[in-house]
Parts: sequence; C-alpha cells; structure tokens
Amino acid sequence: MDFMVFQYPMITVQACLDGILLGVLFALIAYGMALQWGVMNIINIAQGDLVILGGYIAYFMYLYGIHPAWGVIVSPFIMYFVGVGIYKLVINKVVDRDLFISILATFGISILFMQLMNFAFGADVVLANSGYGTTFLFDSNVVLPNSKIFSAVVSIAFAICLVIYMKKSKLGRAIRATAQNARAAKILGVDTEKVYAATFGINAALCGVAGALISITFTIHPYMGLPYTIRSFMIVIVAGLGNLPGVAMSGMGLGVFEEFADYILGTEFRIGSVFLLLVLILVYRRFKLSRKREYLK
Amino acid sequence: MKINRIILSFISAIAILFSTSVVSFAKVVGDKIVLGAAISLTGKYSSNGVHTQNGYNLAVERINSMGGVKVGGKTYKFDIIYYDDESNPKRAAQLAERLISQDGVEFMLGPYSSGLTKAIAPVTEKYGVPMVEANGASRSLFTKGYKYLFAVLAPANLYLDVAIDLAVEKNNGKPVRIAQAFEQDAFSQDVRLGILDAAKRTGSEIIIDDKLPKELNDMAATLVKVKQMKPDVLVVSGHTKGALTAIRQIAEMKVDVPMLAMTHCDAAKLSKQHGKNSQYALCASQWHKSLTYKDKFFGTGMKYAADFEKKFKYDPPYQSAESSAALLVFKDAFERANSFDKKKVRDALAATNMQTFYGNIKFAEGGQNVDKPMVLFQVMCDDSGKCENKVVAPTKWASAKLIHPIPSWSNR
Repeated sequence: MDFMVFQYPMITVQACLDGILLGVLFALIAYGMALQWGVMNIINIAQGDLVILGGYIAYFMYLYGIHPAWGVIVSPFIMYFVGVGIYKLVINKVVDRDLFISILATFGISILFMQLMNFAFGADVVLANSGYGTTFLFDSNVVLPNSKIFSAVVSIAFAICLVIYMKKSKLGRAIRATAQNARAAKILGVDTEKVYAATFGINAALCGVAGALISITFTIHPYMGLPYTIRSFMIVIVAGLGNLPGVAMSGMGLGVFEEFADYILGTEFRIGSVFLLLVLILVYRRFKLSRKREYLK
Repeated sequence: MKINRIILSFISAIAILFSTSVVSFAKVVGDKIVLGAAISLTGKYSSNGVHTQNGYNLAVERINSMGGVKVGGKTYKFDIIYYDDESNPKRAAQLAERLISQDGVEFMLGPYSSGLTKAIAPVTEKYGVPMVEANGASRSLFTKGYKYLFAVLAPANLYLDVAIDLAVEKNNGKPVRIAQAFEQDAFSQDVRLGILDAAKRTGSEIIIDDKLPKELNDMAATLVKVKQMKPDVLVVSGHTKGALTAIRQIAEMKVDVPMLAMTHCDAAKLSKQHGKNSQYALCASQWHKSLTYKDKFFGTGMKYAADFEKKFKYDPPYQSAESSAALLVFKDAFERANSFDKKKVRDALAATNMQTFYGNIKFAEGGQNVDKPMVLFQVMCDDSGKCENKVVAPTKWASAKLIHPIPSWSNR
C-alpha cells in the first residue's frame, strides 16, 4: 500500500486526468458492446480482439509512412466489413440461441483472432508513434501526453456522431426498434437480419477506432485483447444497456479507479483490481435484485 | 470366421510390435547426431523462438560444412528435430518427453525463455539427457542441483547490476538512489534480485520498487513517482513490452532521470520503433557484435553478424548468437568425450572451457556460464536520427564513452 497519490495534490490531479482520458476510450469500446448486446443479446468475448485488430490496421499504416491518426478513419471502415463478415459466418447462427452458446461462439472467435493475428503480424509488441508531444499543466506539475488527449477527443466525437446517427437515420431507428422488440420490428417490415449485421459491423467499427487510438497511446500485441473485453463488459453491466451517458460516466469512473488502484496497490494489481471490482458489482447487483424480488412477492 | 479373427489379431499384434520397435532406436543414426529441441514457433514467444531456431540452424550448417563432429575417428553431422511448443510450458514438457522417449533423442537443445526451460529441465534430468540451453537465464534454474543442464548465458541476476556499479562510479563512489519497476515473472524478478544485491553492496537506496503486470501497457503511475522523487537511476525490466512502454511514456511525460537501464532493448528494436526518443537508454545484453571474442567456425562477432544477416536478412539479436554458441559447446563436448554415452558427454560438458565468438564458456556447478560478463550498451543517435547501440561497459570492450547524466528533455 502506498498512499503517495493523496500526499501530493498534483499527483491526485494527474491520476484523475489520466483516468478520465483513459476512461473515455474504454467507454467507446463499451458503447459498442452495449449496442450489440442490447440489440442482439450477445456478449461478445472477442470485443478486445477486434480492438487489437483495429490497432494493427493503424500500425500498418504507420509502417507504410502514413500518419497513424488516419487509422481513426481507415480502421473503422475496414473493421465494419470484418464485423459484418463475422456476423455472416458465425453470429447469425447463434443470434437467437441462448446466451451460453453465443458466449462460447465469441470465445472461439476470440481465440481464433488471437492466433491469426499472431500468425500474421508476429508476437512482437508494437506501437505507432504519433509525435504529438506533451501538454504541461499547473506549472508543469501535471503532464498529459497529447496522444491521450487526442484519443479522448476522437472517442467523444465518434460517440456523439453515433448517437446522432442512431436518432436521425433510418438504420438507426431500425436498430433501436429491433432492440426494443425484434418480432414487432420484423412484422412492421424491418429486415432484422440486415439490422443485426449492421449492428455487429458498427460495433466492430467502434472497436477499430479504439484500437487505432490504443496503438497511438499504448502498445498492441496479439494477446492483449482480453483486458479490454473485461473492462467493457464491466462498464456495460454497471451502466446498463442503451444508456450512453451511463456508459460514459462508468467508463471514466473505471479509468479513474484503475489509476488510483495503480498508485495505491501497485501497477501489478491494476487489472486485478478491475476483476475484483467486477465481482463486487455483480454480487451487489444480485443482492439488490434479490431484494427487489422479495418486494415483488 | 474364427480363423479369420485369429489371423487378424496376429497381424495386428505384429503391426503393434513393429510400430513400437521402429521408433525406439538410439539417436545417432549413420553419420548423424540427432539433437532435439522444443521451440516456440507460435504463441507469444514466437519471434524470439524464431531467433533461437535461426541461431541453431546457422551453427548446424556451419559445423557440418566445416567437417562436422569427430568422434572415435569417424565424422558425424548434426541434425535437429524441432517441435513447436506453442509458447506453453506444459506443451514444452510433453514435447521433451516425446523427443526423449518416442524419438529416442539423447541430447537436447534448450527452448526459448526461462519459463519453458524450467518446464523442460525436470524431464531431461529424469532421463539423464544432457541439455545445453541458450535462452533460460533465470537464477532458479541453477539452484536446483540439476546435473544435466548447461546454460551458455549469464544468469539473470547479473543483467543490470553493472548499471548500478556504473551509476555509483559516476556519482564519485557515493551511493545512489534507485527507482525500479519489474514485471512479475521469473526472469524479471531475478534481474530485480541482482539489483537488490548491487544496492546492498554499494549502500544504495531503493526509493521506488514497483511491480508490473503481465498485460503491461501503461506505467504512467511509476513514472509520475519518478518525476516526483527524482532518483539517480531508473531500472525497468518487463521484456519487450516493458522496454517499449517505458521509452514511449518517458518521452511523452518528459521524465528526466540521469540514468535509464533496461533489458530487452534489442529484442524490442527500440531504436527502430522509437528513434531518437530511445537515445541514451542503457541496455543489458548477453552479447554484442562488436565484442572481440573469436572462434574458428564463425570468426568474430562482426563476421557472425554479417553471415547471419546474409542468410536471414536481419541483424542477429543476442538470442540468436547464444543459440549458435550452444551448438559449438555440444560439438566441443562430443569430441572431448569421444563417445556418445550420455554420462560421458555430460562430464565433458561440465569440463567445458572454451572461447566462442559469443564469449568464453565455462560452467559452474549449477550449470550457468560464469566466464562471460554481461555488457551494457547505450543507444546513441546522430543528428540525422540514425541510432546505434554502442557498448559502454565493461570498459574493456567499450566502443564509446558513456553519456552521463542523460541530458534533460528541455535541452534535447
């Protein structure tokens, strides 16, 4: 235990800002998961692997001399089609089966993606340098890499665009209708098959954006997907489905929580503390739900 | 009908007999000495696994083309059976078992990484099969009393203690304040033990002692502490991801520290991935091509590097060099033992005292190589942004002078 983070106010500020910037990025991935979970009732274990694949797209652009920030545009475009492809090959066969089958299927996809990425790109840890420099705050006591700020801004921009798209566009309305009641939507002429494919594609595209941002701010590696899946899962169960402000808030909350856990417990417990929090929240939710159930009796 | 069945069972009995007897012959076939190796060709160690395999292959080719191995007046050639261990310790142990009991291999080469070597060593030990390994540096490999394990590389606890000595020397012999961050794995924790010893020896103080997770990609918290407490040396070891993450975030957060010492810089292709930001980092290395060791197969390190580059189209990392050295050690031991008896070869290995292009090799009781010090190189870049690794310590091999302290970010 180390409480240095509270002894120096500047470190507290630093931890909060780092956490918020990180959390916004997590929230973007989680939003994709919530969307696809809400519409198709599928928990996508391969979410993190889609993120990493998106990161590799940005990395390869960087290798060929294109600035990795363009990955934010290119990666979702490619990932959309990857997502639709996965849907057509696997997900459409499990979409109306029970949750267990779909978890198994996406778990399989996750393993397949890890191995394929390892095969295609090698096991090396890679990153793309943006060369964005650094912002100093409070008499240079707080340091924020511009790449982190960039990633937060881009995440927010994409989230806003998506919300508007879901509200205004025809497809967005169809997606929302399907989420509410797939059968009714079908009766009223919505091609749910198409909606499902598009939803999975949009989710993959969001993962692509996040992956490109991660390759700019952190590092990517074929086996690094799982922590992102866990984080987004956790954010979604805290926030609930179809609740974007909730997802954003719980994403930032998780980011800040992680940063503080890092300072107080040590970096080695960073991911561990996320798992612990997940367990606590699940237990708490069960407790709350069981009370509600009693009330209903 | 009954006769048919009897004939059938007779045939199948013979078939079973054949299938078992075919595989169990001793593995010196004709003029070939067959060595076995489980290597990580897929999975998370696959890039270093390939470096290891390339090192082995280059040495086999070279030794075979230069006359092979002479035992009992006859010339033999090396041959290696490889299996892919998928970077998985359990699989590696199974494969070692399979190599020895099914394929009849009597001499083994090591896998990549300390963890996998640890998994295989009990198996080779059980069968009394000598194993020369080149990529398992964890100290715990050499304290178990293994009799058939020989490592051509220096143990992990010696990786970075030179850096602490260097820092103390630059501080006019006065103790220094050390910040350290190590991954939670056998290798990095051994590096950490080495630093603790060095700190004790020099009276230095460890002011930050962080542990890094396996999924490391953010060490901002450690670096914020470093900024606040201003240590004299920052030591980081977390394989390639540790090296890459540290350099990225030190540059982004403009962390000024007089000395930065790391492991796995060349495996991480640090200067290629980070360019000038990696400048001044001190890196522990088992080998560097500019060292002046020599042997008759590869000549000097420079020549080895050139030959390797010609064949595999990249500059050899030390993982390849040490793997090549393992074959040289085997050849030398076979010739001195003048026999293929496992016990005799083992004793010959234990008595090894030779120089290779990679360094001097002489095994201690535990099997580690005690005759080859680690080297430290520093990443140095010219104005055009081209970076090179130059050996700065020990002074005997230094090809450049250590730049100390590292200039602050505001002056770069």
